[in-house]
Amino acid sequence: MSSELIPDLSVAEKLGILPEEYDKIVDYLGRKPNFTELSVYSVMWSEHCSYKNSIKWIKTLPRKGGSLLVEAGEENAGLVDIGDGLACAFKMESHNHPSAIEPYQGAATGVGGIHRDIFTMGARPIAALNSLRFGTLDTPRTKHLLKGVVSGIGDYGNCLGVPTIGGEVYFHPSYQQNILVNAMSIGIVKHGETASAVAPGPGNPVFIVGSATGKDGIHGATFASADLTEDSAEDLPSVQVGDPFQEKLLLEASLEVLQTGAVLGMQDMGAAGITCSTSEMAAKSKTGMIIYLDKVPLRQSNMKPFEILLSESQERMLIIAQKGKEKELLKVYKKWDLECVQIGEVTDTGMLEYFMNGELVAHVPADSLVLGGGAPVYDREYTTPTYFKKIEDFKIEDIEIPENLVETAKRLVSLPTIASKRWIFEQYDSTVRTNTLTTNRNCDSAIIRIKGTNKSIAATSDCNSSYVYADPFKGGMIAVSEAARNLVCTGAKPLAITNCLNFGNPYNPEVYYQFVYAIKGMGNACNHFGTPVTGGNVSFYNQSVFKNKTEPVQPTPTIGMIGLIDDPSKIMTLDFKEEGDTIILLGESRNDIGCSEYLQHIKGIKNSPCPHFELETESLLHDVLSSLINKRLLQSAHDVSEGGLFCTLVESGIPGNMGFKISSDSLIRKDAFLFGESQSRAVVSVAGHLLESVLETLDNKLIKYHVLGTVSSGKIKIDEQDFGDIKTYKDIYKKSIESTLKQ
Amino acid sequence: MHIFVNKKELDRQIFYKRKLGTHKPINKSRYLPYICNSLKNGNMKIGVVVFPGSNCDDDMMHVMGDVLGYETVKIWHKQDDLAGLGKNDCIILPGGFSYGDYLRSGAIARFSPVMKEVVKHANEGGYVYGICNGFQILCEAGLLPGVLLRNKNQLFVSKNVHLKVCNNVNPWTKGLNRALPLQMPVAHADGRYHIGADGLEKLIENEQILLRYCDENGALTEESNFNGSVDAIAGICNEKRNVFGMMPHPERAAESLLGNEDGKTLLSAFFNHMIAV
Repeated sequence: MSSELIPDLSVAEKLGILPEEYDKIVDYLGRKPNFTELSVYSVMWSEHCSYKNSIKWIKTLPRKGGSLLVEAGEENAGLVDIGDGLACAFKMESHNHPSAIEPYQGAATGVGGIHRDIFTMGARPIAALNSLRFGTLDTPRTKHLLKGVVSGIGDYGNCLGVPTIGGEVYFHPSYQQNILVNAMSIGIVKHGETASAVAPGPGNPVFIVGSATGKDGIHGATFASADLTEDSAEDLPSVQVGDPFQEKLLLEASLEVLQTGAVLGMQDMGAAGITCSTSEMAAKSKTGMIIYLDKVPLRQSNMKPFEILLSESQERMLIIAQKGKEKELLKVYKKWDLECVQIGEVTDTGMLEYFMNGELVAHVPADSLVLGGGAPVYDREYTTPTYFKKIEDFKIEDIEIPENLVETAKRLVSLPTIASKRWIFEQYDSTVRTNTLTTNRNCDSAIIRIKGTNKSIAATSDCNSSYVYADPFKGGMIAVSEAARNLVCTGAKPLAITNCLNFGNPYNPEVYYQFVYAIKGMGNACNHFGTPVTGGNVSFYNQSVFKNKTEPVQPTPTIGMIGLIDDPSKIMTLDFKEEGDTIILLGESRNDIGCSEYLQHIKGIKNSPCPHFELETESLLHDVLSSLINKRLLQSAHDVSEGGLFCTLVESGIPGNMGFKISSDSLIRKDAFLFGESQSRAVVSVAGHLLESVLETLDNKLIKYHVLGTVSSGKIKIDEQDFGDIKTYKDIYKKSIESTLKQ
Repeated sequence: MHIFVNKKELDRQIFYKRKLGTHKPINKSRYLPYICNSLKNGNMKIGVVVFPGSNCDDDMMHVMGDVLGYETVKIWHKQDDLAGLGKNDCIILPGGFSYGDYLRSGAIARFSPVMKEVVKHANEGGYVYGICNGFQILCEAGLLPGVLLRNKNQLFVSKNVHLKVCNNVNPWTKGLNRALPLQMPVAHADGRYHIGADGLEKLIENEQILLRYCDENGALTEESNFNGSVDAIAGICNEKRNVFGMMPHPERAAESLLGNEDGKTLLSAFFNHMIAV
C-alpha cells in the first residue's frame, strides 16, 4: 500500500464527505482511507453519481411494462421496443453547472455525454433534443449564456452528424445565475445487438479508448453537487472541454467494434471518469479489476493518481475485451486512428486495485462505491413551502381585464418564452441523416422516420416549471401530460419517458417537498398513460447565492417523451390549411389565468395557482384526438399551452399566413378565454364536408368542446373586434428574440 | 414545445400539390424503373468517399442507391485506389466535418491518400461531385476555384433555402427550368463563397456558376443571399464541367416522405444526362 499520509476528517469534509459517510468508508475498508481513496469515494458518493438524496423517490416511478426491454437503471439508458426487431434507446441528462460557468463547453460536453450514453449501448444516435432554461433575456449575462450554449450545442451535435430535431426554451428570472441545459439523445439498435456496461470473466483485459486523459473536469461530479456561487467562475478547471471530431470517430469505431464480437462490456466515461466506469462495471458483474494508472495515456505530465482516476476528460470509453480477441479490437480502433490501450484486467476479488508505477495507490471494494451497493441512501425531510400561502391568497377578481386586448396580444406573442426560437434552432443541423419529417411539416412534436420500416418516432420535451412551482404534484402531472398531448396531436402513440429532474438544494425541506411531490405527480401521470420511465438524471443544487440569500430555481422536472407513428400518412400537422375550415376548441375554457405567461409577464404576478388540470379529462382528450386523426377527419391539431388559446391560434395561422374569425364565451373573462392556460385543451381545424362526422365523434365521446369560428385568409377577428392581420403577429413572433439579442 | 421547422413557409398551392401529411410509405418498387434504366445503361457507378468526420456519407449512399438506384460503393479515405471505379463513374465527396474541420474546413482532408486518386480521376475527365464539406475540400484541393469563408452572420445556418439554376446546359443541371427555384436545406458555418474579381469574371464568362441563392420567386435579393457569398454563388463547376461543388444538400430533399423532392430533381438531372450519354 502507498505510503502517502492518511488525511484526517477535515480533508474529507472539504471533499464534500459527511462525517457519518467517513465512518462508513472506514467500516468498508477496515481502516482509514488515504487521500486517493477518499477522492474516489467523494465523487462516487456525490449526488451526481450516487443519487443518494433522490433514489428513494425515483424508485417509486413506474419503471416496468409498456414496451420496455430494459428497465431504468439497468443500463446507461432505457430500451423501448418499437417492433421490426428494433429498439429505441433514449435518455436525457443535465449539464447545468458547467454551462452556467462556461456556456459553450458546458453545453457541448453535455451533448457529447448523452450521445455517448446511447452509443455505448450499441445504439446509433439518430436525433437529439434539448431543453433550456435561462434568466431574463434582456440582460447581458443571459445573452452571453444563450449565445454560448446555443453554439456549444450546435457545434458539437452538427459535427457529430446527429440532427437536433426539437426542444424547448423558457426564460424566467429564477434561472438568472443557474441556467438549465438538458440534452436528450435518441438511438436505434437491433434487438440482440446491444452492449452492456459489464466486466465479466476474470482474466479478461481492460482497455481505455479515445482521448488522452488530462486534468480537466477533476471533481466535476462533486462540483455538480454543490451550490453555485458568485465565486464559481474560479472552478473553471472543473469544466470539461469537448472534441466532437474525436467523439465522431469514437462513435463509428465503437459501433464497428461491437460487430466483431470481441467486446464483452463497454462503458463511457462521464462523471467521475475511470473511477466510475471501473467500479460500476465490476460491481455489476460482481468481479474486481486491477488497473495500472501509469498505462493510461495522459495529456499532461506529472498527473497524480487521484487526478487520473477522477479526470472527466471527454470522449473516452472503457472496454472489456474477450481475452484472445484483443487484436480484432485494436484493428478497428487503429483504422479510426484512435488510441486503444490495455490498462488492466478483470479479477474475481470484488476489489478495485489501482496501481501507479508498481505501487498500490487505492484498494477499495467495487460494490461499496456504487448506487445499489454501498453508496449511502438518505431519507430527506420535507415541509410544505411557505410561499403556498401567497398562492392561496391570489384572487382573479383583483386582476383587471386589459382595456386594449390587441396590444396585450401583441406583447404576449413577443415574450421570449412564446416567440419563435428560430434564431436558436437555425444554428442546429436538423436535417442530417435525411430522416427528419418535420423539416417541411409544422407539428406539435418532432418526427424522424426509421429507414427500412414504415415507422416513425415522434419526440418532445416539456416542462412548465411555473406550474410545478405553484403545485408540484399537479405540475409534475402536467409536464408528463403536455408531452403526451404533443405526441398525440402529431398522430403518435406515447411509449415512454425519460426525465431530467432539476431542483434546488435537497437539504432545504421546501425544495425537497417540491421534488417529492413532482415525482409523485409524474408517476401518477405515467401510470395513467402507460408510459414508463426509462431512466434519466437528477440535478440538485440549482440555485443562486446572492449576498447570502439562496434562491432555488423553479422546480423543473423536464420530461422527454417518445411515441410511435406506424403509418406516416397519419402524421398530423398544426397549421391551418384552408380558408373557411371550422376551428374547434377541444376541452373546456375556464375563468383561469393562473401561472399563465400573461399573468406573470404582462401583469407581473409571481404567485398564482397552477392552471386547472384533471388526469381523466386529459386522457379523454388524447383518446378523442387519436380517434379523429386515425379517421383522417382533421386538417390540423395543435395543443393549447403557453400563451393560451390566442397564441395557439396564431401559431396555427403563421405557417400558411392564415387568420381566424372566432367568437368567445360570454361566461368566461375575455383575458382568461384568450390567454388563460387551463390544461387539457387542443385546437383543431376541420374541412366543411367532414364537420358533421367530427361533431358526431365529439358528441359520442362526451368531451366538452366549443366551435370557435373559421379560418380566414389572414384577418384576425374576435367577437367582431379587429385584432389585425396574421402577418403583423408573424413578424413579431419571428423577430422578437433576435432583435432583443441585438439590442 | 417548439419544433425546429425550417421556417420557409410553403406557398399554399405548392403545399397541396405536394400533399403534405398524406404521404405514401416508401415503396422501393417505385424506383424500379430507375434501377432498370441504371442497369440497362450499365456503366455508371457512384463512389462515396468517407473521410474521418464525414457525416453525410450514409445519406448519399441512401439517396444515390436506394432512391435513385445507382450502384454505390463507399471509399475509405486511406485507400489509394478508387475501389474499382473507372473514369466513367462518379466520385462524391459528401458533407460533414472531415478531420473536425480543424485548421480550416476541408484543409486537412485534401491530404488524405485517396485524394490523389480523386484529383487524378478529375484530371482525366471523370465526374467528381462535392456537397457542403465536399465542396470545401474540392476548393482546397484546387479542383474548383475560390474558397468558402465563414458565413456573413458568423453563425452556423441550418434552414431551407431557394436556388436559382443559372445554367442548364451542363451535365449537372441539364434541362432544369431556370425559372423554377429549387428548395433544399443548407447546414453550414463556412459557406460564404469567395473569389477575386478576375476569378469571378472568368466564372461568369465560362458559365461555371450553376446555382445561386434566390428567394422563393427566383429573385436574387440581399436577404436570400443569407451567407453573403460573392454573386450569391451556391454551386459552381470547373471549366471542363466534370467537377461540381455546391453548399446546399440535395440529398436531404429527395423523398416525398420528407416533404420535398427538389433535391431529387437536381440529382436526377445529372442522372438523366448520364442515361442520355
